[in-house]
Amino acid sequence: MEMTQPIQLSPKSLSNRRKLIQRIGFSIIFLSLIISIFFLFVIVIFVAIRGAGVIDWEFLTAMPRKSMTEGGILPAILGTFYLSIGAVFFALPLGILAAIYLNEYAGENLLVRIIKMGINNLAGVPSIVFGLFGLAIFVKFFGFGVSILSGALTLATMILPVIISTTVEALKSIPDSFREAGYGVGATKWQIIRGIILPAALPGILTGTILGIGRAAGETAPILFTAATFFSRRLPGSVMDEVLALPYHIYALMTEGTHPDAQVPIAYGTALVLLILVLGLDLIAIVIRTRSRKKKLW
Amino acid sequence: MVEIKNDNRILIEKLNVHFGNNHVLIDIDFPIKANSITAIIGPSGCGKSTLIRCLDRMNDIIPSACVAGKIILDNIDIHDPSYEPYDLRKKVGMVFQKPNPFPKSIYENLAFGLRIHGIRKKEAIEKRVVEALNAAALWDEVKDRLHESAFSLSGGQQQRLCIARTLAIEPEVILFDEPCSALDPISTGKIEDLMVRLKEKYTIVIVTHNMQQAARISDYTGFLYLGRLIEYDETKKLFTAPREKLTENYITGRFG
Repeated sequence: MEMTQPIQLSPKSLSNRRKLIQRIGFSIIFLSLIISIFFLFVIVIFVAIRGAGVIDWEFLTAMPRKSMTEGGILPAILGTFYLSIGAVFFALPLGILAAIYLNEYAGENLLVRIIKMGINNLAGVPSIVFGLFGLAIFVKFFGFGVSILSGALTLATMILPVIISTTVEALKSIPDSFREAGYGVGATKWQIIRGIILPAALPGILTGTILGIGRAAGETAPILFTAATFFSRRLPGSVMDEVLALPYHIYALMTEGTHPDAQVPIAYGTALVLLILVLGLDLIAIVIRTRSRKKKLW
Repeated sequence: MVEIKNDNRILIEKLNVHFGNNHVLIDIDFPIKANSITAIIGPSGCGKSTLIRCLDRMNDIIPSACVAGKIILDNIDIHDPSYEPYDLRKKVGMVFQKPNPFPKSIYENLAFGLRIHGIRKKEAIEKRVVEALNAAALWDEVKDRLHESAFSLSGGQQQRLCIARTLAIEPEVILFDEPCSALDPISTGKIEDLMVRLKEKYTIVIVTHNMQQAARISDYTGFLYLGRLIEYDETKKLFTAPREKLTENYITGRFG
């Protein structure tokens, strides 16, 4: 009869060493998290402290006065609003339809793979390149000039890949059993997409769209040559007018003009408004996502 | 109209199915009798799901599938180019293995199928929804919550909802692809009772891996093994006096 060997325990010193390494590892990970969050909070708080002082009702509702050293930023707020809505107006239908085609109809072949890769890479193109493209195509070639229309179209091309890829993801997350069930009752592919798949994917599509709006609202480069102006005496009257926009307004306040001591606080105020706008949009997106996740039972 | 019992509702002739290089169904020939339950049994992977999915051309949506042979319904081969699969699937409804209600309300689950087949009037839809839920023995359980999500139902209720959804569009044949494999015994019992009642009006085909279920409810049974129909007969005969050794081995549990 052989004796069963007792389980060999690690020597005490090795066990302590492993515990120590684990503790150091955790500390590093935790520290990284704290530092990341710290910067985020510092930015928000910094902008809030510097900007809060100038924000009042007049700041939000008045025109700039005395070459930007007084008055409000209403035209910039409106301009950003028009540009974002315009961008979504063009990008949303196009993006959703393109995504439906890619996910539901295109199948898998080399061409489709190249297109998908192209869309993903398009999302990584620097925004100033979109600005140059917009200048060449919309402003010059189509002759829309520096206008809301040109800016909205340029922003639309920029957020298109975001909308396409989030929509594709949303469509992918719908289980095939719904499609099968649709075929089972004699629906055509299009009836299934319209009646079942799209409604189920809507929260996901909406989330992507709102994030896209947030991105469009915050960008300076794409509107630099296509839509934005430093100063305007009146609010835009049509889509062919140039506009002020929040991010470009900050840039202008910081680089032009002759009264930096008066302009810098206004720039921070504008930055705070932009920050609240973008974070607010992200918050809406998060709320929609959590609510739909709670409802989702498949 | 004279009611003809046990005439052939569907005739399957020389049916062969390939998935790529895989020959999954080989020379299948058998009839499906009207107003009866035909069960298809066999071990996993024998091709029984593929076979039942041929009957409403559900394999069409699988790109690698290649179906050859005839399936004759109302004197027309369902593969005839004049036959739209959508029209076929209105006539030949299907209930799937896992309950798969649409992500909609209980009411909308039935209304969707009606609308896509051109029924638009609200009263007409309501009437059919109530009828179908009654026929699927679900009405009493859901009548107060028609506008709640279908996912608020239990698994067994969801499966009866799927049956109701199929009944609502008034098919002639109903295919059941292992409808109880995801359900508990009580829900299974309810669905079996339902199927037996439904054969008065419909022709029913069921795929099942559960031999007792086939023996309990079906009138005819086909035994499928490695893509071939080994034996087809009245259920009583097949289970008491099988002609083939292979069938006997399977139903006595020697393999499977």
